[in-house]
Amino acid sequence: MGEMEQLRKEAESLKDEITAARKAVNDASLQDTVSGTAVVGRVQLKTRKTLRGHLAKIYAMHWSTDSKLCVSASQDGKLIVWDSHTTNKVNAIPLKSSWVMTCAYAPSGNMVACGGLDNMCSIYNLKAKDGNVKVMRELAAHTGYLSCCRFLSDSEIITSSGDCTCVLWDIETGTQKTVFAGHLGDCMSLAVSPDFKTFISGACDSTAKLWDIREGQCRQTFGGHESDINAIAFFPNGNAVITGSDDATCKLYDLRADQELITYQDSSIMCGVTSIAPSLSGRLILAGYDDFNCNIWDSLKSERVGVLAGHDNRVSCIGVTADGMACCTGSWDSFLKIWN
Amino acid sequence: MAQATQDQGVMGTSDQDEDSPNMIVYRKIEDIITRIQDETEGVPIRTVKSFLTKIPSVVTGSDIVQWLMKNLSIDDPAEAIHIGSLIAAHGYIFPISDHALTLKDDGTFYRFQAPYFWPSNCWEPENTDYAIYLCKRTMQNKTRLELADYEAENLARLQRAFARKWEFIFMQAEAQVKIDRKKDKTERKILDSQERAFWDVHRPVPGCVNTTEMDIRKCRRMKNPQRVKKSVYGLADDTQSQSPVHTASQHTRKDTKEDVEKEILFLNTQLDRHCMKMSKVAESLMGYTEQYLDYDPFLSVPEPSNPWISDDCTFWELEVSKEPSQQRVRKWGFSLDEALKDPVGRDLFLKFLESEFSSENLRFWLAVQDLKRRPLQEVPARAQEIWQEFLAEGAPSSINLDSHSYERTSQNLKDPGRYSFEDAQDHIYKLMKSDSYTRFLRSNAYQDLLLARKKPETEQGRRTSLEKFTRSVGKSLTGKRLTGLMQSS
Repeated sequence: MGEMEQLRKEAESLKDEITAARKAVNDASLQDTVSGTAVVGRVQLKTRKTLRGHLAKIYAMHWSTDSKLCVSASQDGKLIVWDSHTTNKVNAIPLKSSWVMTCAYAPSGNMVACGGLDNMCSIYNLKAKDGNVKVMRELAAHTGYLSCCRFLSDSEIITSSGDCTCVLWDIETGTQKTVFAGHLGDCMSLAVSPDFKTFISGACDSTAKLWDIREGQCRQTFGGHESDINAIAFFPNGNAVITGSDDATCKLYDLRADQELITYQDSSIMCGVTSIAPSLSGRLILAGYDDFNCNIWDSLKSERVGVLAGHDNRVSCIGVTADGMACCTGSWDSFLKIWN
Repeated sequence: MAQATQDQGVMGTSDQDEDSPNMIVYRKIEDIITRIQDETEGVPIRTVKSFLTKIPSVVTGSDIVQWLMKNLSIDDPAEAIHIGSLIAAHGYIFPISDHALTLKDDGTFYRFQAPYFWPSNCWEPENTDYAIYLCKRTMQNKTRLELADYEAENLARLQRAFARKWEFIFMQAEAQVKIDRKKDKTERKILDSQERAFWDVHRPVPGCVNTTEMDIRKCRRMKNPQRVKKSVYGLADDTQSQSPVHTASQHTRKDTKEDVEKEILFLNTQLDRHCMKMSKVAESLMGYTEQYLDYDPFLSVPEPSNPWISDDCTFWELEVSKEPSQQRVRKWGFSLDEALKDPVGRDLFLKFLESEFSSENLRFWLAVQDLKRRPLQEVPARAQEIWQEFLAEGAPSSINLDSHSYERTSQNLKDPGRYSFEDAQDHIYKLMKSDSYTRFLRSNAYQDLLLARKKPETEQGRRTSLEKFTRSVGKSLTGKRLTGLMQSS
């Protein structure tokens, strides 16, 4: 038996052992444990504001930590910072490349970032002394499109790319600090844990991976989806992860049990999930789909408890404010809507 | 048309295409479409007699909605209409008298699309095909084939764009008309409508969604740019359009020995890791959502009001004020994290620690948090400062670390970085959590704040609320106290 074959066999048997270990702790399903709890009542959120101004598909949006400002990116080549409560545009930033796919707001509120087919992550300083918003840094090293980016602080940012890697950058020097490689397909989305020590990524290889930022290593891998994972988010307690996929399902994985807890699906939902966000308590999961709607799921009982219908084209992005007050959806119909 | 000679539902696609997001949806829709047209289990497809004519092969919108509700177990007609409209938007069913592809729950007549025209055949019809189509419609003297305004505009535009090869297009259109004339009248009616529906999908009415649009992130992996594109009317492909997002198909790398060895290492660490029981994990999730239920504006009405609904920003003002509401103070009791997240809670905790002469722990923790956010060039100097203040011999705010963490930290300081104090910080955090934090919650300072804002209640009411509170605090406390690590002044 060749060496390669032997190694492969070893890997396979380890995988079997892991599956057995996971089974061993599977003493009760989430459904069993919550069987005594009632389903959350019908949740009816209404559109409170519509943010108009983009001229083409909106691909991404991100809330600022102040729960009022947000940034959106559209293929009309603009990043717009909105005061969502007044619907005023605080900044309209023209981009060098109109093929933008992601945007992010720094926790401090001082910067925004975006990127896309240009394979770069561009950082913009919103608080420049002369009042003009300019490119502060262009982080270039990825060999594929930039699918997602999230700030750790004003000094560091993490990006995910179509080149199957995620990267931690030092913004000041514009250099790569750590490369997180391991996915076998385009990385589509990433989310940072509430304690900023780890982050998760979802990719086109149907897996989600948990990475240790400091060590630069993959801690855990979660499978089960049948197609690309387009969206990923942390459950608010930081111990679980929710994913949304082209297979039209969302899943909840627990980090400590190292496995899937529950799948959110319905035979009448045929289109893929594009975006996902939990409510403040985590009891509700809001997911945007390709069929122009958002569905609201009771995360524990796995039942649909609400629908956000109002967009005329795919919902491409969704976000819940830090104070949990409102949810924002962005769509290919060029509008953003605020719901609660 | 070349339809009769084509295989129905031809999918000349590679494996990759079969799994693309649109294909996954098409398969699901086609499953429904096959069932809905079934002779026994499907909707009744009839020929309807109209004034002087017969309308062949139609079904009403409400028939479709009813069938969907019954066969997909849908209670809400709005949801059935939503799914039906999705199926229509992709061109699998279409209204015979309208270009807009939506489903209405009434007597409007719909027809099923021919499998030849199904989107799963990966059609990307060129403008030459579209020009031939519009051209041939003007050649036939039928009111039902008259061009709509937007189609007339499109035709005019195409005539300008293809000015040089218009003769060729005209000839092709004539040829198509000849082929069509040979067909049976009823068959032609059906085919004409199906052809129109096909173009409604690929050249939609202005204002309608183009469902053939693809997410550009997925485009790249999908089609082999070398593949010749099919023509609807059997033309040879003479243009090779290269989209900016197409790249040569990536060859999957074969695993090397190192790859497998790395995988084995990874799997071994996975195995070594302790898995928590599902029941415990589920309980913890349940507990968390229950605890935060009152704070989730989607599930509980916020006080004084939701600024998005009432347009009154008092809620936000209270959140940032130095005088926290009782609800906000209660949250600090959920976990040390919550207390530290809120600047007012943090200050109160710091004051409490000062009263116990152990504030250096929190100050150290905060300093390290700040260090992690500093620009890289400031990090080494700041790290040294932190060492001097908290850990060096004779440090003014000396913290108590176990020898292991101390050694590790002092090693890290030889090449100071953002994470040099990570071990120490974790240790101090655990200490605060299990020791000082619990005493803080029982302290007068915290209790006064927690109870001071309460509405006047009977003595009984206050006691039971306090009981409830201490019970919920008890749930969120972690294990035993660390012995032998009490702070001394």
